Amino acid sequence: MNFKHKYMFLLPGLLVLLAILIFPIGFTVRLSLSSWDSFYPGLDFIGLENYVRLFTDDSRFWEAFGRLSLLSLTTVFLQYIIGFSLALLVWKEIRFQRLFRVLFLIPMMTTPVIMTVVWRTVFHESLGPVNDFFSLFGMQPLWLSSEILSKFTVILVEVWQWTPFMFLLLLAGLLSLPKEPYLAASIDGAGPVRTFVYVTFPLMAPISIGAIIIRLIEASKIMDTVYVLTSGGPGTSTETSSFYIFIKGLREFQFGYSAALSITYLIIMIISFTVIAKILVKLMVRGK
Amino acid sequence: MSLFYSTLKYLAVTLWSMFVIAPFLWALTTSFKDFQSVTSGATYIPWVDFEPTLDGWRSLFKSPAQGGIAIVEPFFNSIIVTAAGSGISIILGTLAAYSLSRFTFRVGPIRNGDITFFFISQRIMPPVVLSIPFFIMLGKLGLLDTLFGLVLVYVVLLMPIAVWIMVDFFNKVPLEIDETALIDGCNPYQAFFKVVLPNSVPGIIVAGMFCMIFGWTDFFFAFILTFTEVQLLPVAIVALNSSITPWWSLSAAALVSVAPLVVVAFVVERYLSKGNLSGALK
Repeated sequence: MNFKHKYMFLLPGLLVLLAILIFPIGFTVRLSLSSWDSFYPGLDFIGLENYVRLFTDDSRFWEAFGRLSLLSLTTVFLQYIIGFSLALLVWKEIRFQRLFRVLFLIPMMTTPVIMTVVWRTVFHESLGPVNDFFSLFGMQPLWLSSEILSKFTVILVEVWQWTPFMFLLLLAGLLSLPKEPYLAASIDGAGPVRTFVYVTFPLMAPISIGAIIIRLIEASKIMDTVYVLTSGGPGTSTETSSFYIFIKGLREFQFGYSAALSITYLIIMIISFTVIAKILVKLMVRGK
Repeated sequence: MSLFYSTLKYLAVTLWSMFVIAPFLWALTTSFKDFQSVTSGATYIPWVDFEPTLDGWRSLFKSPAQGGIAIVEPFFNSIIVTAAGSGISIILGTLAAYSLSRFTFRVGPIRNGDITFFFISQRIMPPVVLSIPFFIMLGKLGLLDTLFGLVLVYVVLLMPIAVWIMVDFFNKVPLEIDETALIDGCNPYQAFFKVVLPNSVPGIIVAGMFCMIFGWTDFFFAFILTFTEVQLLPVAIVALNSSITPWWSLSAAALVSVAPLVVVAFVVERYLSKGNLSGALK
């Protein structure tokens, strides 16, 4: 089938998206070449000065980027392990199967910022229930205001929030697997572990890769959680790239510089996702 | 299956369930506290540990001037923006996905896969990158702090999701369906609207649910692009998160805002169990 009509289907969506996006992207590129800030608002042209500053004189950006990589890789890895385990647990016969499935899905339906506000009260260092528990052992961990623990808290909240998404994608994948390989495996007398290693995991590889990439893309935007939970603190110990761009752009109003940060960040992201996807395919799809 | 293994299995699911429910239970009990019971340390059981009050729930309907958060208007604003944004995204996204799944596009080096990738890649864009140009653009158009402006932004946010789910869904709808309709004398539009579309309801529902989830839970754009006229639910609630946070009204508001989408979890589970989701989600 091939008609001119095909454009009638495609173009409305494509044009709307382009119309709403072309200006922002073009404008961001142009803005990154200007020194627009709150003192001198205006699109002057300063060449690549912002980029030079970014690459030579801004360790805070690169630290934020390193932190983002650490946080997003850790959370997605944990989400994958936990999400896959949970999906395997409720895949086959289990009592209250539907109840557990619904429960496991619920966190992703909740608004991240709002739940983070609730988590903040849970981890409140003097009035929250977590430290109420730890005080039984005479401990008072600083969940939100120590450099290492605050990272842990951010990871925990992210894992709570988004493991369900991983769980959903993987369970949907498990439920669509063909039956024949399992029949063959059981005829060969393979136990549950061998069946998983030689049948389930390889069959799930494409779905796993897709799910991990989707989650990595979403996780790279970590921002709401950080904003509400720790505001990037203590100091800059939980500041991620998005949050740093937010501070430069919308707190300090260095529009030009933050645009340069944005463009650099986007390019790095697109390159890393392409590389990560290639690595995952190599790691998970063996043989064939 | 050995007893040991199945005990371990139930232990694992129970532990994770408790972790999932914990913040909700904490919010529920906190919503019945007052200043006194919050500041005297962590307490859990009403009447035993603390004297419950309905102050938190009452404050949802009071105006900010009276120390409340007037949640009703933000609640309906959120519903309007989410519904309109999802609706437009689904309509445009479904049409585009259909053409990408059925027809071959070739514009220079650009193929179908590239166009699909262009749609989906919009999700890579962190909100903060778009927020400044959107702020300036909507300001120029006089759409800052309006529902319409937010809907426009949400279309950018949600259409990629609709296209992603629908392309995969249409790829699994057999081509024969369209061909039979065309042979029977339908033009391509009739074939799509009368034959393909009715067969695609499950996919559209799944795509719709995902749009609703990501629309309802978005915070950042509403936070940057609205001020006083239009307030969405997450912004209204996060505004409470100041140095002296009224934990009780905050907890009550959080529960109210989370409730509508919990229904979606049940719908998703139904589709999952019937096997309709697996086709739509790969």
